[in-house]
Amino acid sequence: MGILFEDGNFALFRDGFLQTVELSAISALLALLIGTLLAAFRVSPVPALRAFGTVWVNVFRNTPLTVLFFAVVFGLPRLDVHFDNFTFAVIALSAYTGSFVCEVLRSGINTVPMGQAEAARSLGMTFGQTLRLIILPQAARTVLSPMSSIFIALPRNSAIAGAFSVSDLYFTQMTLTDRGYAIFAIFFWVALAYLAVSATVALLFRYLETRLEVAR
Amino acid sequence: MRTRRTIAAALSVLALTAVAACGKDGSPNAAAGDNAPKLPTYQVKTDVKLDGSKTWAAAKSRGKLIIGAKADQPYLGFEDLSTNTRNGFDIEIAKMIAADLGFSYPSQVEFKTVVSANRENAISQGQIDYYVGTYTINPKRKESVSFAGPYFVAGQDLLVRKDNTDITGPDSLKGKNVCSVTGSTSVKQIQPYVGADKKVTQYDTYAQCVDKLLTNEIDAVTTDDAILMGYGAKNAGKTKVVGKPFSKEPYGVGLNKDDQVLRNAISDALKAHEDNGDWKKAYDATLGLSGATAPAIPALERY
Repeated sequence: MGILFEDGNFALFRDGFLQTVELSAISALLALLIGTLLAAFRVSPVPALRAFGTVWVNVFRNTPLTVLFFAVVFGLPRLDVHFDNFTFAVIALSAYTGSFVCEVLRSGINTVPMGQAEAARSLGMTFGQTLRLIILPQAARTVLSPMSSIFIALPRNSAIAGAFSVSDLYFTQMTLTDRGYAIFAIFFWVALAYLAVSATVALLFRYLETRLEVAR
Repeated sequence: MRTRRTIAAALSVLALTAVAACGKDGSPNAAAGDNAPKLPTYQVKTDVKLDGSKTWAAAKSRGKLIIGAKADQPYLGFEDLSTNTRNGFDIEIAKMIAADLGFSYPSQVEFKTVVSANRENAISQGQIDYYVGTYTINPKRKESVSFAGPYFVAGQDLLVRKDNTDITGPDSLKGKNVCSVTGSTSVKQIQPYVGADKKVTQYDTYAQCVDKLLTNEIDAVTTDDAILMGYGAKNAGKTKVVGKPFSKEPYGVGLNKDDQVLRNAISDALKAHEDNGDWKKAYDATLGLSGATAPAIPALERY
């Protein structure tokens, strides 16, 4: 179990851990942004926007993430879109996770009573104001639990990036394995690191729930 | 409970990463007409007795030998999924050893694909009897498995686009985009040449690196020349191997650490087939098709 503390492995492990955290954090923020925007599209009165949201969700939610990574990393360069591998990973992860965020938010929006929107409209609010000030705050509080599942899954999904030249924890694991260390020891530390990331997200959401949960 | 949760989390990581291992290509076109070199056939030895070899005894009672191999290296260890056959130089080496251990191919031999990362594990847990697949002998690996051989010495080299003239060897790589397989030894060895401020691109398979080479996103793919030759032959006319090997990669047959009897038997088998010309024939009918002449057969290391 002491493999982390020999041959300078700790630096490799630390870099991998930080890369996983960074990738997860950036992708999570982007996914939240994309998901909120898509949810707004899907409940908006404009048919074109609704269609766009529906298509996005159906495409990205039904594509295995690995296939999506392939499409982004090997497909985009053929269309002359060139980014570094980290950016590619962020694109794939946030597009994928964003579609889940959208659907969860939309289910939350459906829980807000119709009367709320009608009341807002009768006060003269526009669609944007109604959504921003009345509907979304209530919807978001309702869906904290399913939302936490999505963001706990995200860091674990991010492991796929390790196979596409992003030096994260999975990448660390592959490197150490190739150097011939005992596979269980490597596995133990890498799993522990992922657990640490996921547990942190879970705790954060638990805290949010105690603060924001709607009393019914 | 805590450990159970750790294991659960760990398993989910594993499941995800296992999914990420893919990238098969079509089979290399090894049919080079009627005058192509033919694969040798190996005489199966009868009444083989390896007293004291647990692995061999287990294989005998099972009635078949299970050999670990690679499946995605053209001309070395390649699985043709359309015909469900395996071909390549490493596969031939595995077959000659099997014949000398008293197992006839294909009825008593089963090949099992084992990826690089899982080699030591598969060997020490007895999932396979021995492993032949570009397995470089090194001291670190000798701590968990043992090696018979070497049967071939490769060297790290570079694959570049056909029209490339400015990459002539490792010293001309400063600041260039170089690609290899995730976490491999090749990465470690090439990094100093590329420079500390430029990361080596790393994917799961060489095929993915070659794809990036063809879309001009990277300048060179690096790994053992034997592997590069295979890909070079597959993409004939688009790529070339630089041909300046800058390391020594002795390939050995990996087997259980405690099984000295089997190790000696495999070394004997390699020696016999090197001496009777089978090694050379096998090379000519596999790696030799890429146009590279056979290197010298390395001396066996018995320990």
